Amino acid sequence: MASSIIFILLFLGGAVFFTINARKVRRNILLGKEINRTDKFSERVKIMSLVALGQKKMFERPIPAILHLFLYVAFVITQIELIEIIMDGSIGSHRMFRASLGGFYTFMVSFIEILSVLAFIGTIAFLARRNLLKVPRLVKNELNGWPKLDANLILISELTLICFIFMMNGADEVLYSQGLSHAANLGDGSLGLSISSHLGPMLFGGMSPEALHMIERIGWWGHLVMVLGFLNYLPYSKHFHILLAFPNVFYSNLEPKGKFTNMESVTNEVKAIFDPSFVPPIVDPNTPMRFGAKDVTDLSWKQLLDSYTCTECGRCTSACPANITGKLLSPRKIMMDTRDRLQEVGKNMDTNKGEFKEDGKSLLGDYITPEELWACTSCNACVQECPVNIDPLSIIMDMRRFMVMEQSSAPTELNGMFTNIENNGAPWQFSQADRLNWKNE
Amino acid sequence: MSENQQLIVPTMADYMAKGESPEILFWVGCAGSFDDRAKKITKAIVKILNHANVKFAVLGTEESCTGDPAKRAGNEFLFQMQAMTNITVLNGYEVKRIVTGCPHCFNTLKNEYPALGGNYEVVHHTQLLQELLDSGRIKIEGGSFKGKKITFHDPCYLGRANDVYEAPRSVMINLDAELLEMKRSKANGLCCGAGGAQMFKEAEKGNKEVNIERSEEALALNPDVIAVGCPFCNTMMTDGVKHFNKENTVKVLDVAELIAQAKDL
Repeated sequence: MASSIIFILLFLGGAVFFTINARKVRRNILLGKEINRTDKFSERVKIMSLVALGQKKMFERPIPAILHLFLYVAFVITQIELIEIIMDGSIGSHRMFRASLGGFYTFMVSFIEILSVLAFIGTIAFLARRNLLKVPRLVKNELNGWPKLDANLILISELTLICFIFMMNGADEVLYSQGLSHAANLGDGSLGLSISSHLGPMLFGGMSPEALHMIERIGWWGHLVMVLGFLNYLPYSKHFHILLAFPNVFYSNLEPKGKFTNMESVTNEVKAIFDPSFVPPIVDPNTPMRFGAKDVTDLSWKQLLDSYTCTECGRCTSACPANITGKLLSPRKIMMDTRDRLQEVGKNMDTNKGEFKEDGKSLLGDYITPEELWACTSCNACVQECPVNIDPLSIIMDMRRFMVMEQSSAPTELNGMFTNIENNGAPWQFSQADRLNWKNE
Repeated sequence: MSENQQLIVPTMADYMAKGESPEILFWVGCAGSFDDRAKKITKAIVKILNHANVKFAVLGTEESCTGDPAKRAGNEFLFQMQAMTNITVLNGYEVKRIVTGCPHCFNTLKNEYPALGGNYEVVHHTQLLQELLDSGRIKIEGGSFKGKKITFHDPCYLGRANDVYEAPRSVMINLDAELLEMKRSKANGLCCGAGGAQMFKEAEKGNKEVNIERSEEALALNPDVIAVGCPFCNTMMTDGVKHFNKENTVKVLDVAELIAQAKDL
């Protein structure tokens, strides 16, 4: 009875705390500008099924894809077991589905156990890739400090969670074989779990029933605490991708990658120049007009969702021609900076009763430097690489727009190029009248 | 036919004066009009169009920059001014179909002009070449590239930007050459370093130039020809090949030049 109350309090506490933080993230994302990404519903469902659910883009790099698949499938399937844990915890039963589901129960839990072993192997491999093999994209400068710790904490938590599962199941197997388990005794002498029926006796055979019950409970409660802890860690971590990957891919840009947005505010001005009878739509005088992006609130909600979805895998950066050749630009850093600044803006709002108090900082300058932005070749390699369809290039372009149209701070050579286009319709100093000279040369 | 053979290059104005309209408008682009190396690509395209009896026209002095480099550099205002100017001309001539000699013009005309009132069917010249080969309007048998090793460098604005990977390759199949793929090709292709208005500025500080990185990758295949489909890639790869002192053994040629040379046009 007491344990049921503790369980329910713990569970509700975890759920409420997560909801509060998730709502803050949602509020932060919605600080972004409006953009329509709700058209073409069936196409969006399809891309979400292939890219998010089906991990299609991950398989461009097969080794991490398979390791990641182990963790992904284990994570998804293990949630089924969570239903039983919630039921058992609430009413004080033990393996309540076992008697009614019979062989199917044994199959499901056995399947989860095999996936857990694969996930364990995958997690060890991921830790090794980060800390021993030092795969280049996983040890770049922008990961120093918290991002590196964040990544390792996630992996270590996953290992701990898996250990708890095998403590719970392994000890229960030994208890069951001695007729001491609280699970329904079906007279079969074993729970029949694929891994624990072997691992349990190996690890815990010969222990006293008291010790076994203790280990089983530590495993059960540990599993629960890890799941709730993990859930509540997500909003503070790059690991939020496990949830946000799905909506992020659903709201993907479905247009050709080369098609950049045409700024409507500019179109209205240009139309008015070409056609004096054109009446531009009335703009709300309370919203100051800004060309391009200086801070996170100048970006769209999708760009902000992108930043929270980024799990810092660095495929974008490893494919970026600027980064490959030693320039400062890293598309992953663009996403990390966007999220970090947005978090800062969110915290600012939390401490000022929901209103943002000017802090004299901005994404451009305090987080991302012009040198990074001017190194981009707009080649779309980063966009192509991202397994969850994040678009760092659109942020780079929006910030270039701000630098050029609001600050007039383009590199000198580019200003020369602009002048040439303006004056003679070509980026070089050639006269438009000479455009057909090649014909007779 | 020889180098000095007269090119037939009618303008839209010529067609209009006759009360006719061409099958397709050839959008030459700034590089194709003014850059000495790119002008050769322009001429190769014209030779093929003449050979295949394609009724085409150019805008000539009425053509102006699409605005692509301005847009990629962040100058949306200048881009839209250019776009509106060009759309006025194009719509004035009731242009329906456009072939470009440059993937940047291709991308901008195809993707970014429609919302501003410019709706055309736009193809890249490698797509038109494929069409002419498929329909039998040009035929290639063997030719000077038979057995030669050729590797194709995907232009970002043709490949990733618009998912056109097969057209240039299926055109080159007709050369009977050995087509080699770089490790980073098609969707994973590495940029030449010129896009995003980089062509018009010094690169940021780094430890290598992008075109050197890419040329090194191409040269590792020991090709006879590095094929390209973009005048800017052409410049970057040509410079890269020179950097490695390979310009006497490795040629950088546009797909259109390969076809024109194979046909001895």
